[in-house]
Amino acid sequence: MMRFMLLFSRQGKLRLQKWFTSMSEREKKKIIRDMTTMVLARQPRSCNFMQWKDLKIVYKRYASLYFCLGVESQENELLALEIIHRYVELLDKYFGNVCELDIIFNFEKAYFILDEFLMGGEIQETSKQIVNRSIEASDMLQEVRFTDMHAQMHLVKHCDLHLWCEHVTSVAWLSV
Amino acid sequence: MSPSVPLQEMIRAIRSARTQCEERGVIQRECAAIRAQFRQADNGGRSHNLAKLLYVHMLGYPAHFGQMECVRMIASPRYSEKRVGYLGAMMLLDEKQDASLLITNSIKNDLSNSNQYIQSLALCTLACMGSAEMCRDLAPEIDRLLRASNSYIKKKAALCAVHIVRKVHDLGELFTKAARSLLTEKNHGVVHGAVVLITELCERNSETLERFRKTVPDLVQIMKGLVISGYSPDHDVAGISDPFLQVRILRLLRILGRNNEAASDAMNDLLAQVATNTDSTKTVGNAVLYETVLTVLDIKSESGLRVLAVNILGRFLLNNDRNIRYIAMTSLQKIVGTDHNAVQRHRGTIVDCLKDQDASVKRRALELSLALVSASNIRSMMKELLSFLSSCPPELRSQTASGIFNAAERYAPSQRWHIDTILHVLTTAGGDVRDETVPNLIQLITNTSELHCYTVHKLYRALLSDISQQPLVQVACWCIGEYGDLLLTGECQETEPVQVTEDYVLDVLETVLQSHMSSPSTRGFALTATMKLSTRITENVDRIRSIVSIYGSCIDVELQQRAVEYNALFKKYDHMRAAVLERMPVIEKNSQGHTNGETIKESQTVKVKPGEPQQPANQVCDLLDLLGGSEQPLQPSPALGSAAPPIPVSTPNTVGGDLLDLLGGLEPTPITPVATVTVYEKDGVTVTLSCEKQSDSGLTVTLTASNSTESDIRGFTLQAAVPKSVQLHMKAPSGDSLPARGTAKVTQMVVLNNPNKVNLKMRLRISYTSQGSAVQDTVQIDSFPGLGQ
Repeated sequence: MMRFMLLFSRQGKLRLQKWFTSMSEREKKKIIRDMTTMVLARQPRSCNFMQWKDLKIVYKRYASLYFCLGVESQENELLALEIIHRYVELLDKYFGNVCELDIIFNFEKAYFILDEFLMGGEIQETSKQIVNRSIEASDMLQEVRFTDMHAQMHLVKHCDLHLWCEHVTSVAWLSV
Repeated sequence: MSPSVPLQEMIRAIRSARTQCEERGVIQRECAAIRAQFRQADNGGRSHNLAKLLYVHMLGYPAHFGQMECVRMIASPRYSEKRVGYLGAMMLLDEKQDASLLITNSIKNDLSNSNQYIQSLALCTLACMGSAEMCRDLAPEIDRLLRASNSYIKKKAALCAVHIVRKVHDLGELFTKAARSLLTEKNHGVVHGAVVLITELCERNSETLERFRKTVPDLVQIMKGLVISGYSPDHDVAGISDPFLQVRILRLLRILGRNNEAASDAMNDLLAQVATNTDSTKTVGNAVLYETVLTVLDIKSESGLRVLAVNILGRFLLNNDRNIRYIAMTSLQKIVGTDHNAVQRHRGTIVDCLKDQDASVKRRALELSLALVSASNIRSMMKELLSFLSSCPPELRSQTASGIFNAAERYAPSQRWHIDTILHVLTTAGGDVRDETVPNLIQLITNTSELHCYTVHKLYRALLSDISQQPLVQVACWCIGEYGDLLLTGECQETEPVQVTEDYVLDVLETVLQSHMSSPSTRGFALTATMKLSTRITENVDRIRSIVSIYGSCIDVELQQRAVEYNALFKKYDHMRAAVLERMPVIEKNSQGHTNGETIKESQTVKVKPGEPQQPANQVCDLLDLLGGSEQPLQPSPALGSAAPPIPVSTPNTVGGDLLDLLGGLEPTPITPVATVTVYEKDGVTVTLSCEKQSDSGLTVTLTASNSTESDIRGFTLQAAVPKSVQLHMKAPSGDSLPARGTAKVTQMVVLNNPNKVNLKMRLRISYTSQGSAVQDTVQIDSFPGLGQ
């Protein structure tokens, strides 16, 4: 499983932190410090994998942002690189040519996207399209005001019908 | 998607702050505003405020006052607020906070919500920060969702179940059935979640593992579908169909096939197919191949498949991409024990990777190279390793040095090569070697007596060029001290001899003594070496005498002690000097690799400077080693043994009896057998006495009575009387009846204390009943055996 994902800039400023295990604030801060020092010290064309304590650290640089993933020792490092790439693709699709500023000013959206892609340290959904559609639907839901309950439900129902193509088991609101 | 304007304004304000101080000011103002807003009633801007707080938290500032607000927002009916509330919970609350329990109820309600996105929020939060209690509470809910919901929820519920199983192992039982049925779903997300769940369950419990072995055919089927099927736009990554799922399935197959022939057979074909058909031009393909190789090597695969796997790794080693080379070496490291020959074939490439620029690759190459060293390739490998040592990054130095030492010790083709190698390491990386290198090397040198001349010449030359590497200097000083005469003869078979005079040699040692680069223990070595030379050289003994006397007033306590003792050796015990400073014999290597001769010396330095790296840690252990382990009594000690006052610690050839001197001035007491004296013999009753001196004034007397008559004796008692100043304490007798014909004896211990050391006498009264009549007798004991009175 993955233990944490960190995004930080080339100056070492943290842009996103996702922790998949429970840790104290002090430990988190220490890990952030260690990761930024280790990753920023690496040469440009070096290997993307490092060993740190009992974890493997997989990192990749995209423009001005470093994506750093801490995984357990039985994980596949090359796949971890693919996971990072997939996340960048999802961000790119959502924001349209994503750049660091997008992630800074819309950090909560970045978290929502991450939460649709990864969960509990594991991959949740392997299809890009499904993740994108889920995010869009959630955003739509956020737009609709609470007072118009039925309209809200209708909207959601409308968007999501194409999200699952196989049999739909009983979903309560369909009867509303 | 409408961005949160207040949030973005705040972010802009923070970013425009030019100094850290300004930023802190902005943040403090914002936090105060947020706190005020939290206290107010609901005003529609709650989610913005919480989002602002979360941003501030990410910058590293404290945000704990937002925890209760998170709890409140999670309970809100508005989706936007719930969303931010749950995000806040994941960021600010963790299972260690008490507030986390408060959201359990909200999560429970949201799990049954009709809207799947609200359900998903709850599932996500539970999987992220659910504590053990929360997991226990909500596990049945999750199980329900695993069975009866849409695929969107099912996949999330599966991962939530994984988290629950990680937190509370026992709950694994609950999810086993559901996990099994999820494998048959079509949705990739659900299948992926199911595979992860099954992996987790199998890793925790071997019974579950047995049960899930039956799923191997299903898994093989799914994999085949992924590998063979055509292009699927939904899951395709660079031509590979859903690599994430493929890798996960391969990992599960690995766990199921481990140590199980049947399961391994079932997956053989599939693995061969994946290994050959996967396109390895892109990273994704290589990721799948990598996982396949790991699986093949871990299960009981047939040999053809294994060869295929190792070949794939060999191909990886030649890949241009550093990442691929790195993982190839990592995998080879795992199998170097079992498939040693297969890995040996790639030795050349691995050794080349030692020269790679990248630190991670270098590290892996080093570990693998050290594992590949064998008797046949030791010379060439050592050349590579030594050149690596001279150019390697500092963090790898000590690992390399110890690896080289181990390899040299196991596979050294000749003694001379071994010594050369160690010297080479000491000259290049002397500061990074382990502590026991110095004693180990010294022991090695003494053992190769034919190379003493060669060794001392090499070391002398090394010392001339550089005296900064402490281990090297120490060994060199020791050698010069021991074998300095060989240096001075001016001839050597193995190497070019040096033409030196005694003065030169003493100069070198003095330089070491005076150099500020020398550590205190090094100076100790040098001083002792100088002293030893006094018996090996002829002309400059006075110079040595003066050096030694100068150091008699040195600030360093250890050096001062040594110098004073050596001075004493010159002045009062000159007749013994030659014997004391004679050549050391071959040192037996005891289990900790300590040399007996040196440990006494070095153990003294431990007392003074505990920080010194070279010293054996526990001097008591060393002394005990000497007591127990030295089979070769170092020779001319008898002369010393009886010398009064015995020269304390620094004499190199003390053993046995002298050690007792070290331990506190006890005279070695000859241990004599305990003498027994018959003190009473009458009518078949015999009482014997033996005594043992316990201390200066204490004495234990053992009285033994036996009966050689034909009839038993009952009521046998002994009473004793001693002179007035002596204290007497009689212990309980072992019995009071003496059976006939001496079949058993009665013993009684008497403890005497004679502080005034008066003439010890004892009067013994014996009383017993035999054949119905009582007998009483008295006997006086004037002399006790073993006391010499």
